[in-house]
Amino acid sequence: MSPTAAVLLPMAEGESHFPPDPSLFWQPLVKFGTVDLFGSEMTLAITRPMVILALTVGLLSWWLIATTKKAAVVPSKGQAGTEAVYNFVRNGVARDMIGSRDFLPFVPFLFTMFVLILFNNWMGIIPPVQMPTMGRIGIPIALTLLVYIVYHWVGVKKHGFVGYFKFMIPAGLPGWIKPAILGLEMLTFFVTRPLTLALRLFGNMFAGHLLLVVFIIGGWELFQQGGFLTLVSVPAWIMAFAMTVFEALVQFLQAYVFVLLAASYIGGALVDEH
Amino acid sequence: MQLIASTLTAVPVVAAADADPEATAVPILPYLPELIFGLVAFGILYWVVAKFVVPNLEQAYAERTAAIEGGMQQAEKAQEEAEAALREYKAQLAEARDEAARIREEAKEQGASIIAEMRQQAQTEANRITESATKQIEAERQQALVSLRSDVGRLSTDLAGRIVGESLEDQTRQSGIIDRFLAELEAGNVRPEVVGSEVGGSDAGGSEAGSEGQGS
Repeated sequence: MSPTAAVLLPMAEGESHFPPDPSLFWQPLVKFGTVDLFGSEMTLAITRPMVILALTVGLLSWWLIATTKKAAVVPSKGQAGTEAVYNFVRNGVARDMIGSRDFLPFVPFLFTMFVLILFNNWMGIIPPVQMPTMGRIGIPIALTLLVYIVYHWVGVKKHGFVGYFKFMIPAGLPGWIKPAILGLEMLTFFVTRPLTLALRLFGNMFAGHLLLVVFIIGGWELFQQGGFLTLVSVPAWIMAFAMTVFEALVQFLQAYVFVLLAASYIGGALVDEH
Repeated sequence: MQLIASTLTAVPVVAAADADPEATAVPILPYLPELIFGLVAFGILYWVVAKFVVPNLEQAYAERTAAIEGGMQQAEKAQEEAEAALREYKAQLAEARDEAARIREEAKEQGASIIAEMRQQAQTEANRITESATKQIEAERQQALVSLRSDVGRLSTDLAGRIVGESLEDQTRQSGIIDRFLAELEAGNVRPEVVGSEVGGSDAGGSEAGSEGQGS
């Protein structure tokens, strides 16, 4: 735990992050000044999450290409590893949720989504990065936006524009209840789904990171106090270690849940008429 | 602690970051450059995955499936071939058994017929040998009889002549005595010392026994 804290220290340098607050997530590295956006001031900057995101895209591209460039019938070790992840998304998520008839075109989309989210989530605990990029709401919103576009697009393409709305109403309902159901379904399709998809991922990463910061930086603060409080830093760091392990699991689960729900939305839009 | 925090926030760099409106913004409001950058980052990775990774993997999967199916077909074919060969061998074996049984049967029959034939032949040969021996014996006996008859007659006359002291030169008397003697002999007036037990010709039975008795 102490190396973890030590790694975090440069970040804490110059300012105590304790108690942590949301400003913790605003880490501009290069600033280009400000612009006026709809009457409010916005800083133009390359932020740390952007750099991490670019780094993960680069590493993932390199890894995926390197291990599948010479994809063989009898896989090498690297290919077998990539295949394990690919199979997990392809068969465990895409095929199960969308169905074996239509799933294949969506596999690249879901696989990209899964590895990108998973790697970025784990960046929240991998030293020396230790910054979950999905803790910045802009990035989950970007990914959710893509899922949103995809599932509406395939739904309209399959059922037609009007047919898509008719498709939202389950068959066999009495006529008077149909408008209400349509309203509820539209709320689900156009508001609830994207909102929960983005907020779930963001909230988990955001809160998880704050939690780790509380235990790690809090432990450091206690350590500096001297006397009895220095001793209390030990359980704080033990807790930080436990929370890091727990966080690794949560980060995986959130990546999984995100693609699972994305696949289920796509599959839901693709099912035959009721 | 409040003191530390307030002294530390006085550091210019952090103060500059804190001065940004984004630092104090509500955390669920997106920072637009990050949102756009997120779209771009996803787009790049998607392009890489869709263009290089998934096609290669899917091709490997297809090849693998083909290889497995091919292997299974091959195995099935081999199985069928093996079964066909087994059937053929069994048929051949049954045929061979039948043939062996047939040959054995034939050999048995042939052997039996050969034995019967040989027996027949041997019997015939034995009969022939017996017959020829019998004939030869008969002929020899006849010859002996004839020669004995003349010898006995001559010896008897010589003997009788010496005993009587006179030469019986007269051919007629001589033959008359011999004939009478022989007739007596055949009639059983003179007992032969040895009687032959063998079965001879019916007509020569008596004379044979007599002559033999005389001869010895």
